[in-house]
Amino acid sequence: MYAQMVETGTKRLKTLEEMSPEEREFQEKVDAETKIEAKNWMPEGYRKTLVRQISQHAHSEIVGMLPEGNWVTRAPTLKRKLQLMAKIQDEAGHGLYLYSAMETLGADRDEEIQKLHDGKAKYSSIFNYPTLNWADMGAVGWLVDGAAIVNQVVLQRTSYGPYSRAMVRICKEESFHQRQGYQILLDLMREGTQDQKDMVQDAINRLWWPSLMMFGPHDDESPNSQQSMVWKIKRKSNDELRQMFIDQTIPQLEFLGCTVPDPDLKWNEESGHYDFGEINWKEFYDVLKGDGPCNQERISTRRKAIDEGAWVREAAVAYAAKQKQRAAA
Amino acid sequence: MSEWRLYEVFVRSKHGLNHKHVGSVHAADNEMAMENARELYTRRNEGVSIWVVPSETITASASDEKEILFDPSEDKVYRHASFYKLPDEVGHM
Repeated sequence: MYAQMVETGTKRLKTLEEMSPEEREFQEKVDAETKIEAKNWMPEGYRKTLVRQISQHAHSEIVGMLPEGNWVTRAPTLKRKLQLMAKIQDEAGHGLYLYSAMETLGADRDEEIQKLHDGKAKYSSIFNYPTLNWADMGAVGWLVDGAAIVNQVVLQRTSYGPYSRAMVRICKEESFHQRQGYQILLDLMREGTQDQKDMVQDAINRLWWPSLMMFGPHDDESPNSQQSMVWKIKRKSNDELRQMFIDQTIPQLEFLGCTVPDPDLKWNEESGHYDFGEINWKEFYDVLKGDGPCNQERISTRRKAIDEGAWVREAAVAYAAKQKQRAAA
Repeated sequence: MSEWRLYEVFVRSKHGLNHKHVGSVHAADNEMAMENARELYTRRNEGVSIWVVPSETITASASDEKEILFDPSEDKVYRHASFYKLPDEVGHM
């Protein structure tokens, strides 16, 4: 989701008998739901998979600030502007919690960020779509953060301790994001003009399918999921999470008085879930590979931020050195 | 930022409680570490006091030393109150 396709480097799962004593001990610990901590022995594949997943997750939080940053100067009231800035600051915070968790695995923060800026690291496909009207801020909070919550609530139980604890912290803050988004939409639908109501429907039309894509490919198209599930990095499959999200979101959609652009969406009495249409997977893979509407813009904005902020970092180091000198004198 | 020192952050959530490890920050100096920790870990009244400690100054027990370090305390059962059985008549002690 925030990490949609994470390579595990595993072609086939090993049986307990095939594992080395260390691997077996590790797997038994994971099976017993004992959290793995930074200093514990872990298979190299587990470490690499986690670095990939946590860095993708962190990059998504950081790039995720950009579509919303677009609306800070355009928010309709001061209240909305303050709320939006608080949400964006949270996302910066979430990115930092995650980079911090990633560093416990021996990964280097600058190196991983450089990979993002070189176009070598992935982040969630959702942030490569533009935010065209004010209702998009509502729809992003409600749908995108809503989808993130479904995923992250489950990730609180992930097997790696520092990642799990970062998730607990993040989940505490996410529900504010989703509620503020839904409230933007509610206000527009309840008190808005026809044009404003149309704006809400337009935002949902554009963001619905990309939100469903956040959960990643179908389970049978997701070759790395199996290993991640055995290591309990992942706790629920992509399709399971997507279904959970749809089931909890449609009643909220109906309360708004809106629809989603899916003619196949209907309640299935027998299964107790909503049926829904097929996702445009070509679009998903295109956006993930870098051919989405905003991929280039997002990366160039990130690069610009790092480059233009260089003097601030240099000044901080110079100031620290000067203070140290003064203290010594 | 990795060339900046890494600090571990500890937050006391309420008066009367211990400081608890919450994560880490990078900073150019101690003051900046404190400011970054405040901004990152206490945006919603999560704490009343913060410690920032350079990570490299922490000495930690290695996880595979668990048995050597902690086993001896297990055979000293007489260190626990439950080791001493009291007659019912004595009541609560």
